[in-house]
Amino acid sequence: MIETQIEIQEKRYLKLSGLEPLVITPESNFINVGERTNVAGSRKFLRLIKDENFEEALSVARHQVEGGAQIIDINMDDGLIDGKEAMVKFLNLVMAEPDISRVPIMIDSSKWEIIEAGLQVVQGKCVVNSISLKEGETEFIHHAKLIKRYGAAVIVMAFDEVGQADNYDRRIEIAKRSYDILVDRVKFAPEDIIFDLNIFPVATGMEEHRKNAIDFIEATRWVRANLPHSSVSGGVSNVSFSFRGNDKVREAMHSVFLYHAIQAGMNMGIVNPAMLEVYDDIPKELLEHVEDVMLDRREDATERLLHLAESVIQDSKEKAVDTSWREEPLQDRITRALVKGIDAYIVEDVEEARQVVNTPIEVIEGHLMIGMNVVGDLFGSGKMFLPQVVKSARVMKKAVAYLLPFIEAEKNGEVSSNGRILMATVKGDVHDIGKNIVGVVLACNNYEIIDLGVMVPAEKIISEAKRLQVDVIGLSGLITPSLDEMVFLAKEMERQEFSIPLLIGGATTSKAHTAVKIDPQYQHAVVHVNDASRAVTIVGDLLQKDTRAAFRQNLKVDYDNFRTNFLKRQKVKSYITIEAARKNKFSIDWNASEIVTPNKLGIQEIDNFDLTILKDYIDWSPFFRSWELHGRYPDILKDRVVGTHASELFNDAQVLLQQIISKKLFTAKAVFGLFEANSVNDDDILLTHEGREFVFRTLRQQSKKAEGRPNIALSDFIAPAASGKQDYIGCFCVSVGFGAQELAEVYEAQHDDYNAIMVKALADRLAEAFAEYLHAQIRKKAWGYGKDEILTNTELIQEAYKGIRPAPGYPACPDHLEKQTIWELLGVEERIGVRLTESLAMWPAASVSGYYFGNPEARYFGVGKIKEDQVADFAQRKGIDYELAEKWLKTNMAD
Amino acid sequence: MNALHHAMKERILILDGAMGTMLQRYQFSEEDFRGVRFKDFHKSVKGNNDLLSLTQPQAIAEVHKKYFEAGADMVETNTFSGTTIAMADYDMEDLVYELNYESAKIAKQVAAEFTKQQPEKPRFVAGAMGPTNKTASMSPNVNDPGFRAISFEELRIAYKQQAEALIDGGVDVLLVETVFDTLNAKAALFAIEEIKEARNLDIPVMISGTITDASGRTLSGQTAEAFLISVSHIPLLSVGFNCALGAKQLTPHLEAIARRTQLAVSAYPNAGLPNAFGEYDERPEQMALQIKEYLDKALINIVGGCCGTTPEHIQAIAELTSNYKPRPFQVQQNTFSVE
Repeated sequence: MIETQIEIQEKRYLKLSGLEPLVITPESNFINVGERTNVAGSRKFLRLIKDENFEEALSVARHQVEGGAQIIDINMDDGLIDGKEAMVKFLNLVMAEPDISRVPIMIDSSKWEIIEAGLQVVQGKCVVNSISLKEGETEFIHHAKLIKRYGAAVIVMAFDEVGQADNYDRRIEIAKRSYDILVDRVKFAPEDIIFDLNIFPVATGMEEHRKNAIDFIEATRWVRANLPHSSVSGGVSNVSFSFRGNDKVREAMHSVFLYHAIQAGMNMGIVNPAMLEVYDDIPKELLEHVEDVMLDRREDATERLLHLAESVIQDSKEKAVDTSWREEPLQDRITRALVKGIDAYIVEDVEEARQVVNTPIEVIEGHLMIGMNVVGDLFGSGKMFLPQVVKSARVMKKAVAYLLPFIEAEKNGEVSSNGRILMATVKGDVHDIGKNIVGVVLACNNYEIIDLGVMVPAEKIISEAKRLQVDVIGLSGLITPSLDEMVFLAKEMERQEFSIPLLIGGATTSKAHTAVKIDPQYQHAVVHVNDASRAVTIVGDLLQKDTRAAFRQNLKVDYDNFRTNFLKRQKVKSYITIEAARKNKFSIDWNASEIVTPNKLGIQEIDNFDLTILKDYIDWSPFFRSWELHGRYPDILKDRVVGTHASELFNDAQVLLQQIISKKLFTAKAVFGLFEANSVNDDDILLTHEGREFVFRTLRQQSKKAEGRPNIALSDFIAPAASGKQDYIGCFCVSVGFGAQELAEVYEAQHDDYNAIMVKALADRLAEAFAEYLHAQIRKKAWGYGKDEILTNTELIQEAYKGIRPAPGYPACPDHLEKQTIWELLGVEERIGVRLTESLAMWPAASVSGYYFGNPEARYFGVGKIKEDQVADFAQRKGIDYELAEKWLKTNMAD
Repeated sequence: MNALHHAMKERILILDGAMGTMLQRYQFSEEDFRGVRFKDFHKSVKGNNDLLSLTQPQAIAEVHKKYFEAGADMVETNTFSGTTIAMADYDMEDLVYELNYESAKIAKQVAAEFTKQQPEKPRFVAGAMGPTNKTASMSPNVNDPGFRAISFEELRIAYKQQAEALIDGGVDVLLVETVFDTLNAKAALFAIEEIKEARNLDIPVMISGTITDASGRTLSGQTAEAFLISVSHIPLLSVGFNCALGAKQLTPHLEAIARRTQLAVSAYPNAGLPNAFGEYDERPEQMALQIKEYLDKALINIVGGCCGTTPEHIQAIAELTSNYKPRPFQVQQNTFSVE
């Protein structure tokens, strides 16, 4: 008999589930319960439910989950709504939103029928909030038994037949009695019991409230020590009830209360993260006064806090810049400067530090690293956001730059780091915002970053990696040809016997591509990383001495499985021949279709366009995305979690944008043309300009479509020559990149990555804005088919107009090669100076090019995967070798 | 310790293979499905496999017999669709009690014969409780995500009726299976707990979820571990997965739960993934080779087959499995309250 030894780990932990598990272990951090979906606690949510605006109500839930709530509390107890119906309806809708229902639900009601109705519609393991001995044992037991049968955990309020527990003894008396009934008589799993020991306000001026906080904290300690496996929760905002209106004091009170309660064993609770100050950031005097109240340390604690509170109100009203922190010890000042991104005093402080250490390098390894570790921890735990971290890095760089001459003067060797990481945007590609952000964040975590910049050939990456003995290589790319370049690089690393991990990132990259195409080329670790916060953990795991071998091995297995599954799924999709696809083209009735003759045919140029006009055409949402702040503009500025940071970022962007505009730091240029055109041979568009013929070759969808759904190509939107109708097409290139690179370099030289990245992000936004603006002008004037349209900026962004402007390299025309035709036709490089790299990326990077199709039926679509027969046909139409066509279209070909 | 627990401590239990695949071999016509009793029934009943327990009981018994001969320790009753909810398609809601009761009787009788001949290897019957054809936590209408075609309460009542009939018919275990929506299963578990309490009965319960595709989730979106947590509130004999995937694809999901539970773990995968014609064509020795990985990793206590598997598959699995000791597990005590 073969006997296999295994160890099964099943501990008595509170385990909950939505679509995903939530296991609360002794090592877990405080579990934050989202409380905005509570009609009793949120006026906004109440209004939404009353108005039956469930869609908006869902977004409240979604925001909480995105903001880090690990459980969401849902409460519909209000006299004016049918709580049972609202609970069921809202929960059913929540269940249909996987990004919300991935977390467990806390069903919150004082009415049993609402709780039970809620339990009947949620598949995961919920928490019931709450039951108590208030109505006696019989009812308590009855409800507990049903909760167990429905498979939920339960919050037990410290409440009994006599009343609510309001002191230490009563709290533990009721907790103990409830626990014993549940565990011994109902056979309730003790780990599924959570006590709410009643958080009551302090500093109310009433003598009997003085011990409210400390009694809760001590009762918590007793429960965790004496009622095995149970948890303690509570609604924190109650404690500061008497300071309504003074958020600064309330925030400090919440932090102080939590700090002590968590130490005593409170492991979950309802906390509004926006109403929380970082414990360490509470001004010393305020902290002392608040702790006096919380811990009942002085007779006159309440009076003293009230007195102080008045001045605190004053402070926040005057918005005076608080410089009191300048009085603090040196290390605190440096840490604060790094956490808050304040660079005004850093040189001064670093110099002071340098005076007290033996060698200047100790300032980096000591003072500065201590501060950056705090930044790293705060970011890692979601308490800081990306723009803040990049600002921290700016301070760090400034400090290091100041110290470097001293270090070199001493020639005492290298700064020790967690590892050396080489980063590069691959050959032919010019996009580097994401790469720079990842670099900055890694640098913040004490990795040494060797950034080779953009358009870096593989040979250079390989030779520099060897020369500098780097620990990790990170590659970035935005356009599809870069994907092949990455595959090539992986092959080279294998051939040259590298063994260091390879990171892949950038907009077109994906886990699928990495797993299917790159990973098999290199026998060592290859990881797809698309956001900065994950990059830190992954690089950490890749380099962690004790565990890296296992981690890297697991990665290989993970990617192998992913690949197998991915390929298996792929096979299901079936394709038709290009001939068959052409027969199923998107057909427009050309006799009925109205073709508008452009007002002005031929090529036109715009030089030095006024950036002020473009400002209003900017779509800001992608700007926030590039900083990993997710949400739609302008709502994001008011977002509960990222709102302040988004607003700050937005303000910084406005300041920089104003400078760019007023000092004319970028130059905007455009060239466009409108031409007579017809489609020929189904897939080509033939046009004439000044007697010369040009042909755009389009690609056609080849996947097998459902009955009645066409296989579209862009050429379908242009009248065929055979129809006898004269049709038209346009194409364009705009750029706002002139000056952007130079300006970014100026900031980089000042060690200001924050603004360097901002410059590029703004240039990209302005280029898109220019393309949008120009398209509107074409529709209204040069072509004129949309002369009557009046659209708001939002409608523009939603593309609520007729006609399209697809760009080569994007889904409707994924081949980049046709850019060459646009360049030749419009004389783009000669006229406005935008050139194409060997991978056909545009340089400067902040440029947009594409076609104009004016037919009202023209729409955006994705070509999807195509087959070899179309590639061969495309090569033949274009007069190039099959191999060359294949090289450019490889990422679009079905396997 | 009862006979079932005793057997499970001793060996890895072999469950049967597909019933449907075997019944297809009989190529029953509409008339065969109807038998004499439903000769004039107002609706076509061809395809209502559960009905065959009443109209072709010999065939059902024969299939059970083949699986026991192949080495199965436990067969499932022919009651996958035996609820009023699933039977509504055939207007046969009224037959639900009888279908379940008779199906249990047939299986139990065959099992008793084998046990009699081979007392050292007692045979068991699991009362199969399928997922029904409706989902309690998803809307069938994409435009109305808040809509539900069935409620927890309706499911609870239907499952209660099925479970009572199966118990009355003598099954040894109840098997809530092919769970694609955990909320449906929770209604079944709720109903079973009610019966156990009312009858003061300690019948073991097995639960088997279905991971629908490579996403690694149930149809209702839960991960394997979230599923495990969501059904762990009542005493179970085993938890595991069946259907939708082949043995190979099921491995990571079994690992996900086997490491996290002290319950027995079960698996009865399909005979591979369907080919281009929708047929399952993984051969017995191929499937056994995959099952070997479960055994080497000590992932399971109960193993069998789902769609496309035959007595040949079960035999291959049984032969292989006899070389292995079962994975350690704990039997959960009943936890009724005293009130």
